[in-house]
Amino acid sequence: MAYRVTINGETREIDAPGDMPLLWALRNELGMVGTKFGCGIGMCGACTVHVDGQATRSCSMPLSAVADKEVSTIESLGETPIGQALQAAWLEDDVMQCGYCQAGQLMNATALLNNNPNPTDGEIQAAMQGNICRCACYTRIHAAIAKVARDEETANA
Amino acid sequence: MPDSVQLSRRTLLKASALAGGGFALAATFPMAGRATAVSGPSELNAFITINPDDTITIIGKNPEIGQGIKTMLPMLIAEELDADWDSVTVQQADTNAAKYGPQLAGGSFATPMNWIPMRQAGAAARAMLMAAAAQRWGVDVAALATEPGRVVQPGTSRSATFGELASDAAYMDVPDPESLTLKDQSDFRIIGRAIGGVDSPKIVRGEPIFGVDTQLPGMVYAAFERSPVFGARLVSADLDAAKAQPGVTDAFTVEGNPAVELVDGIAVIGSNWWLVNKARSALAPQWDNGEWASHSTAGYAQAAQDAWASGQGGEVFAEKGDAEAAFAEADQVLEAEYSYPFLAHVPMEPMNCTALMHEDGTMEMWAPSQTPQGGQQAVASYLGLEPAQVTVHITRMGGGFGRRLNNDYMVQVAAIAKEMPGTPVQLIWSREDDVRSDFYRPAGWHKLRAALNADGQITGWADHFVTFDFPEGAYNPAAMAPDEFPAKYVDNLKFEQTKLASKVPMGALRAPTSNAMAFVMQSFLDEVAQATGKDLPTLMLELTDGVPAEPTTMGFMGPQPGFSAPRLQAVTRKVMEMADWGSPVAEGHAKGFGFYYSHMGYFAEVVEASLDDRNRPVVHNVWAAGDVGSQIINPFGALNQVEGAIIDGLGQAIQLAVEIEGGAAVQSNFHNYPIPRMPMTPQIHVEWVLSDNDPTGLGEPALPPVIPALTNALFALTGKRVRKLPIDPAMFA
Repeated sequence: MAYRVTINGETREIDAPGDMPLLWALRNELGMVGTKFGCGIGMCGACTVHVDGQATRSCSMPLSAVADKEVSTIESLGETPIGQALQAAWLEDDVMQCGYCQAGQLMNATALLNNNPNPTDGEIQAAMQGNICRCACYTRIHAAIAKVARDEETANA
Repeated sequence: MPDSVQLSRRTLLKASALAGGGFALAATFPMAGRATAVSGPSELNAFITINPDDTITIIGKNPEIGQGIKTMLPMLIAEELDADWDSVTVQQADTNAAKYGPQLAGGSFATPMNWIPMRQAGAAARAMLMAAAAQRWGVDVAALATEPGRVVQPGTSRSATFGELASDAAYMDVPDPESLTLKDQSDFRIIGRAIGGVDSPKIVRGEPIFGVDTQLPGMVYAAFERSPVFGARLVSADLDAAKAQPGVTDAFTVEGNPAVELVDGIAVIGSNWWLVNKARSALAPQWDNGEWASHSTAGYAQAAQDAWASGQGGEVFAEKGDAEAAFAEADQVLEAEYSYPFLAHVPMEPMNCTALMHEDGTMEMWAPSQTPQGGQQAVASYLGLEPAQVTVHITRMGGGFGRRLNNDYMVQVAAIAKEMPGTPVQLIWSREDDVRSDFYRPAGWHKLRAALNADGQITGWADHFVTFDFPEGAYNPAAMAPDEFPAKYVDNLKFEQTKLASKVPMGALRAPTSNAMAFVMQSFLDEVAQATGKDLPTLMLELTDGVPAEPTTMGFMGPQPGFSAPRLQAVTRKVMEMADWGSPVAEGHAKGFGFYYSHMGYFAEVVEASLDDRNRPVVHNVWAAGDVGSQIINPFGALNQVEGAIIDGLGQAIQLAVEIEGGAAVQSNFHNYPIPRMPMTPQIHVEWVLSDNDPTGLGEPALPPVIPALTNALFALTGKRVRKLPIDPAMFA
């Protein structure tokens, strides 16, 4: 059966079983491989996308559940001011080692700052603890998020 | 006299003009120390390309697993070339030993192997650009200098960019690399600068750069079903049932071949990986699990106990003086049993590889492999091809940690692709496949004894190590060195080992052997220190007091500096100062120390820890002092490696183990193999002790000492000694 899903602002028709996880519809049906496979059970966060603005683990979200919803992925992250600011902070601090988890980290961090523009250190940890970085670049991920939050606060003061 | 890692011999250079102007310098780097034993590189590459528009392309020859090598090696070239880093583009090399020499991500070898040759290549290109300018301007080359991206004549207005000179430079004499004077450290403009990874902009935009992102026209996906029991043979499977599942186009059996690490199994092929992976459940495979199905971690641990209790001892692999007499005469004898578990690597990008068997019988692969040349050999031998008939494109890897030193998944996809010539196929493993089909860090069991005299000095040192049997001549990722610290500094020594048979696949995990030995030896030395009223750093300083650096030896990759007690002393003193060692610690907290030398790097670390309300360790601060030579090449990458290694080690200490039951791994995914997450990140304080030695690698040496630093801190806090990893909170109840 075909599902209509809005992905990065574009309506796409995906002809696949409804229980197929969104991750595999993105990667193998649409060829959008920025969203990463890490564990398949929602435990690592590498596959994080936004569904109607909420950070969602696409490996555990069936295609049928996102029909007629707005999905955004790492490929469109640079189109939002927070996403852009996070990408810049990631590069400024050279956050990553292997970089494989970073699409999920960035998507999760964007959702965090969209919902809570000025998180405490504890709130950053709580929001990001679902995203594993096997290289353990956690100090830098944390610092980059805190920096963007600080800069946004300054800009809005 | 300072130590020097002389790995530069036999670098070969050759210049050529580019059709559209500009020039390319081919540079090939034979395996140092073995240049006469193997045939050196023989095909030309375009290692450094200087274009008329001033852009410069440099080949990144080694595989990138997140260790930063794709950025760092070109930095070395650009430095001596005196390039403007912003004009440099890095291009990943394909696998080709004849063109590039060794291409390997492992053992922290790349820095010491390439420190001189890469710089020589850059310096040679710079010399040719300067010669071209000298000819054009009719002046002596000695009157010229370079600024980033250009040759100038100081005191005049003469200046030409590298691009303007490139076409002429191609016709200048290629200098002998050994004749070139490399820059003084104080003149470095690129080396020592914090430079972001060359792929980082693509990563934050989600661009397809990893192995699993490979997409080819008409590509299909494969999943592979194997027995979770190691060594099992396939008896039967319901291929028709799998083929009847949605999205599945084919399913077939694959016969194992131990010589190339290929196991028996069934490949399921189709248009979407999730569908083919799901279809595995229809296969109902029957396995002959054989004798190995009875194996378990508990069984191995019991075998260790039996070996110790038998009184028969083991195979002696290091002995000096008379250890038994020393124990008989000792004022005090300490005895303890230590153990550590199997560990999995779990890089974030699951194992995968893409392969296309061309209609002419040659193979093309897109491989996330730390040893692509080894993979190329294995695939060629499996298919009965010459290595040159197997093209291996090196992709960026989502982590390695040693897992991708083994190329089993490359052979596996080759076995699948050969059944479908003309159709590219991407094999992906699930996380469960990854955790349950690893080459694990070997578990190990140690029974240690220390003899102390009335002055508290160590007069005897002994270990009965229970480990696994590896084939003669094969790499042994469990090996204990016969000079394992403090063997060199005690008069009476006996190391013996008992080897157990096993079919559990084992391999190198980041800082192999060191990640286990550091815990055991530095913990037991802490026991000695406590028993003699000292602390461990003091004992380490006493044991190595006045001991000179050992002479340079011939190592795996050529000459390497011998172990240096002064460098041990320097990092130990440094970290004591950084951590304010010996001064009072916050209520409910305690500090512990650990030192280890591995992969030519010296690290001393102090951990400040407490226990939470469920007796689980909480690490608040880690101080690390490291000596990896005279120069930190890229401070961004260097610090990232150390921070990551420390958190990696803490995860191993606190919460990671793979248990074998019924001949298979119990753990399967992140719910029961809990890789550290952000909230367990401590404050990490790193300082470098710069020494008069050529720089060495940082992927590994910061990991081992953090484990005993933590367990020693927990002893200081509770008086209870962690002798088994991972730490069991119940022991503190």
